[in-house]
Amino acid sequence: MFDFNLIIKSLPMLLEASVWTVVYSLTSVAIGFCIGTLMCAAGLSASRLGRGISAFYVSFFRGVPLLVQLLISYYCLPLIGVNVPSSVAAVGTLALCTGAYLAEILRGGFLGISPGLIEAARMVGLSRRQILTRIEVPLAVRLTLPALVNETTMMVKASSLISVVGVLELTRLAQNIATSTFQPLEIYLTAGAIYFVINGAITLLGQLAESRFRLETAR
Amino acid sequence: MSFNLAILTDNWREILDGMALTILIWAAGTAIGLAVGLAVAVVQLFTNRWLAAPLALYVAVMRGTPFLIQLFVIYYGGPFFGLDLTPLTAGIAGLALYGGAYFSEIFRAGFLSVPPGQIEAARMMGIGRLDIVRHVQLPQMLVIILPALANMTVLLSKETAVLSVITVNELTSVIQSIGSTTFAFAETLLFLALVYWAFLEIVTAAARRLEKRVGRFMLRSQS
Repeated sequence: MFDFNLIIKSLPMLLEASVWTVVYSLTSVAIGFCIGTLMCAAGLSASRLGRGISAFYVSFFRGVPLLVQLLISYYCLPLIGVNVPSSVAAVGTLALCTGAYLAEILRGGFLGISPGLIEAARMVGLSRRQILTRIEVPLAVRLTLPALVNETTMMVKASSLISVVGVLELTRLAQNIATSTFQPLEIYLTAGAIYFVINGAITLLGQLAESRFRLETAR
Repeated sequence: MSFNLAILTDNWREILDGMALTILIWAAGTAIGLAVGLAVAVVQLFTNRWLAAPLALYVAVMRGTPFLIQLFVIYYGGPFFGLDLTPLTAGIAGLALYGGAYFSEIFRAGFLSVPPGQIEAARMMGIGRLDIVRHVQLPQMLVIILPALANMTVLLSKETAVLSVITVNELTSVIQSIGSTTFAFAETLLFLALVYWAFLEIVTAAARRLEKRVGRFMLRSQS
């Protein structure tokens, strides 16, 4: 029998754990956005070293499965004397991974900004950093908003993998309940539904933001 | 921290088996996923909405939930429906269903990219619906969607690592068990990352070459 009572009984716990899923994934996207912007700026810069580092970073973090990256940070950081809580290591790894994808997405946005705008900004005396933070980043974000929202939902899904390195979030808690009640189907379906709702909400917010920040003049 | 590569060379047989299984899972998952995706796209576009609506839900659910949870539902939840799958079958089925959802979206975009005028013309000439798909739409759209298909195929190769969580003996799982019996985490896990990285670079480069080759047909099909 499909046990609806179990679902109702464990729903509060699962919802509480899903708060951690949201916190971990949004934190990693926020940190990853900063890393991605820097890597993207380095990749488009004139410096050969900057371009090399950026290309290496993007290629490595997109070329190795996230699970393997998480295992490396979990098992290997203590070997080199870095002892941080597993949640910190996991969020850091998620951030590094999404940073590589965000760098690629933002690159498209940066290249879509008309060079005239940058020249104009330089003419009115803005510094290189001001141009990056005040002109290029806001425009690139608006130009790539759908892809950024998509990447955020990907990170919500990817955050389920940090359960493997022992961080308590939605998937981990679902596993704990499933193994103690021997009713995995009900629990995992509920967990899946919660992920689905979270991602639906993010997509909806993204569409709101898109209609709010639509750019008519950027190109 | 010592670095003992003998741990890898001593276990080369298991490691090779793991690699072979990873590639097998990837190939099988991709092949079935492509078939699922094409079938879903064709049904969604060319039949009535009573068939299309549940498929749209399938696609939305597969794209909106984590792959790991999907694997858990299939592998641990399967027996509830009398579906007692081995980890390997459950893993390949999961990969195929997950990839199929993404592939179906790509195929759908492809079908819509062929100009409707051509389909009208074909219909005027009395060509059947399935023949239009086979001889008019597929050859043109495959060229257009090849980069997206290749991209998704490459992404699926990385997802195979997740199968280690449901105890499939693929590369990640093999290396992890070698690591935890010898406590040589640095050697084994860094080697694992390098293998995936090299593999992904090779596959990506091959996909680019294929796109370039097939790209020759783009001009002809668009003129």
